[in-house]
Amino acid sequence: MLLSNVETVPGRTIVEFYGVVSGSTVRAKHLGRDIAAGLKNLVGGELKGYTELLSESRQEAVARMVREAEALGANAVVNVRFSTSSISQGAAELFAYGTAVRVE
Amino acid sequence: MDSEALPLLFGLGATVALLVLGFVAGSIAERRHYASIRQRERDLLRLPALTFEAPSTWTVRRGALVAGSVVVSLDYFKRFLAGLKSLIGGRLRSYETLLDRARREAVLRMKEDARRRGFDAVANVRLETSSIASARRNGKGVTGLEVLAFGTAVAVDQLGGRSGPTEPG
Repeated sequence: MLLSNVETVPGRTIVEFYGVVSGSTVRAKHLGRDIAAGLKNLVGGELKGYTELLSESRQEAVARMVREAEALGANAVVNVRFSTSSISQGAAELFAYGTAVRVE
Repeated sequence: MDSEALPLLFGLGATVALLVLGFVAGSIAERRHYASIRQRERDLLRLPALTFEAPSTWTVRRGALVAGSVVVSLDYFKRFLAGLKSLIGGRLRSYETLLDRARREAVLRMKEDARRRGFDAVANVRLETSSIASARRNGKGVTGLEVLAFGTAVAVDQLGGRSGPTEPG
């Protein structure tokens, strides 16, 4: 599956459009990571546990979007966008969406 | 008298200790981080990031989505200072440098992702910032800011002389 956030896949031509596909995941923070991050919060800087957690979750959202595109018979998703929203304290939704297309 | 003053003194002592710890550790971490950012930015100068699509003069062979992200937080001292400053308003310098570091770090990680996968430039870069605070009732708890940088990495044929990416300036 080819992904891009421009209107085409560079170096390929779009032959068919399948419409919008999306994938999302809602994640809460792991308690152990929260404690470690709480300590890290005193000295500042990167909260590595959270960086990993969010990037894993985003990959999951992308994987779901890709599965939806595959089900439609697409071989690429163009103009992919991400959005993050905080739902309740400690939980966040990661959302990925784009246009499923067939390229050659 | 003494038995009442003792817990108060202890609480004050702990706060001061946290402030000192935050100040010392935070300043050292910030200086190191900036040094690392500047070094890596120089290394990746030949892999430009554009906020628009690849120019038509480039011969693009292939492309793929690349991303980089980072979650950062303020140290105890700066958060205390920002809390005081927000009473009177104005510029919160400690947040400005934090966001600056986070954005540059995210862009660098995105570029490193592109270089690792053999690309020459990143087109259509987008930056997103979101707050992932988890405040507890007492107003403490973890506060963090996530910055995500993503774009379409492209592999460009450099054969056409001016068609390849060049250093800015």
